[in-house]
Amino acid sequence: MVLLATLPFFRDMATNPFLATGLAAALLASLACGLVGPYVVSRRIVFLSGAIAHIAVGGVGLSIFLSTVYPEYFSALTPLAGSIVAALAAAILLAWMRRRSGERIDTLIGALWALGMSVGILLIKLTPGYQTELMSYLFGNLVLVSPESVKLLFALAVVIVVAVLLFHKRLLAVILDEQQAELQGVNVLTTEMLLLSLVALTVISLTQVVGLILVIALLSLPAATVGHHVTRLAPMMGLATLLCALLTTVPRIAVYGTGISPEPAIVMTAVVVYLLSLLTRAWRQRRSAKADQAPSDQESNSPGREAGSLG
Amino acid sequence: MSPTSLSTPPPVEHPEPVVRLHEVSFGYPPAPMRRPAVHEINLEVTSDDFLGLIGPNGGGKTTLLKLILGLLTPQKGTVELFGRKPHAATRRRIGYVPQQSEIDPSVPATVLDIVLTGRLGQTSWGARYRKPDIEAAFAALEQVEAAKFARRPLATLSGGQRQRVLIARALAGEAGLLLLDEPTAGVDARRERQFLELLLRLNQELPIVLVSHDIGFVSAHLKHVACLNHTLTLHAGGKLTEGDVEAMYHTPVLALHPHGFAHSHAEETER
Repeated sequence: MVLLATLPFFRDMATNPFLATGLAAALLASLACGLVGPYVVSRRIVFLSGAIAHIAVGGVGLSIFLSTVYPEYFSALTPLAGSIVAALAAAILLAWMRRRSGERIDTLIGALWALGMSVGILLIKLTPGYQTELMSYLFGNLVLVSPESVKLLFALAVVIVVAVLLFHKRLLAVILDEQQAELQGVNVLTTEMLLLSLVALTVISLTQVVGLILVIALLSLPAATVGHHVTRLAPMMGLATLLCALLTTVPRIAVYGTGISPEPAIVMTAVVVYLLSLLTRAWRQRRSAKADQAPSDQESNSPGREAGSLG
Repeated sequence: MSPTSLSTPPPVEHPEPVVRLHEVSFGYPPAPMRRPAVHEINLEVTSDDFLGLIGPNGGGKTTLLKLILGLLTPQKGTVELFGRKPHAATRRRIGYVPQQSEIDPSVPATVLDIVLTGRLGQTSWGARYRKPDIEAAFAALEQVEAAKFARRPLATLSGGQRQRVLIARALAGEAGLLLLDEPTAGVDARRERQFLELLLRLNQELPIVLVSHDIGFVSAHLKHVACLNHTLTLHAGGKLTEGDVEAMYHTPVLALHPHGFAHSHAEETER
């Protein structure tokens, strides 16, 4: 503890309140990431989630444009609020399209992904003055997380927790087997809309921590890492929350004062942890496969050697 | 397309069939009624039935299944389930076992989690299943002798074990009818016998409908056989002739089982 207190991050926390709010934002986003990430990984909608995040850029651009050009009407429209509205709209639209459009979903994902980015950048360029919000949205800037944003992130986390507590059984049933869920009276389209809306809120939360460019890594990697080692969704959520909390705080505290950007440090750590976990699992599987084969290996020993000598 | 010999089904002993289709027709767009997938189907499944629904691929088997399950609505005719019009509460009582597991084995869930989804129609809201749901799921797993797999992920089970888990899922929701779609696809001949024993045991309490393009292995035990190639012809179990099958498939059938059923030569060598 004494050693921790000597780290520059904790030394400066007393004088710089933004460090504490940044930490709070990271922990709230971790809760969202831990609860929703396992659904995303299990349902294989990592790239759909990426599309939602990029469509939200359109919302950021629109809110910056409107609040600058028409401040008398849209002064309350913050980039964060704009991104939430756009992400939720994208979630509902994508859930509907996935089921009803008949078009290949990856094509639609690509189209909407690019459209969101284009609209966002176009509107930023049209907005008078030099705009920094888009850059901090894209690359994350925990130092600039305001106390209002933390309150909003808290509200998002509460919504996600309540939704998971209420609908987990239905979400899991749809992820496991859509047709069976439908036969049990579950409205699959509504459930999918709910799932993608939760993804939208999570993406917005995570964007505050690492920025849009890196959000996909944080949405999928902690859940995927934990998924190597557990067989049920509930423990996967708990452990993913914990891992996400560690990944979003430890690298940040470690690089503080060194001049290294915390956001890439967070994502690189997440990737390294994921790859190590993958290797651990592969090694474990190989060892257990060897243990299974041990008796039969001896029987097939000589033909195996003959075949080997031929080659 | 009339069969050369048409045996009449035995008189219905139970006044209230679990499934009753009356003059049901269904076709897919763009011309649903010009070339219907199924045409004027009349079918009753009694409460102790063991019905085999056979027919060539593309003959409308899957369409008829979806009509019974309520996933499709007939353009003509009526479907009744358990003596009532189909709605959420009656559909839920059909224990449906899909053709091949649609379950992605990489989803982190145990066998128990999967069987519990069969209780979704009965259970309350909330993140967890209640004790009665878990007890019902275990009872269903006991029925198919798969309770020992309850805590294992599906990915660690063999094909035959997975199929039993799917039957348990179908039973868990207090099913009043078991509906199996191509249950023996990918099951070897040795497993077929065990599977038949399981079905016969379950049939003591439940009506069973078995859909297949090849039901040689259970033909001797079926109470009724329905042949579907867009239209449906019903036969009493074990009384189907070579002519019936030829008429349905529009082609001579390779071999005929002693009990009167078409099956392939591949199975002949197994016996």
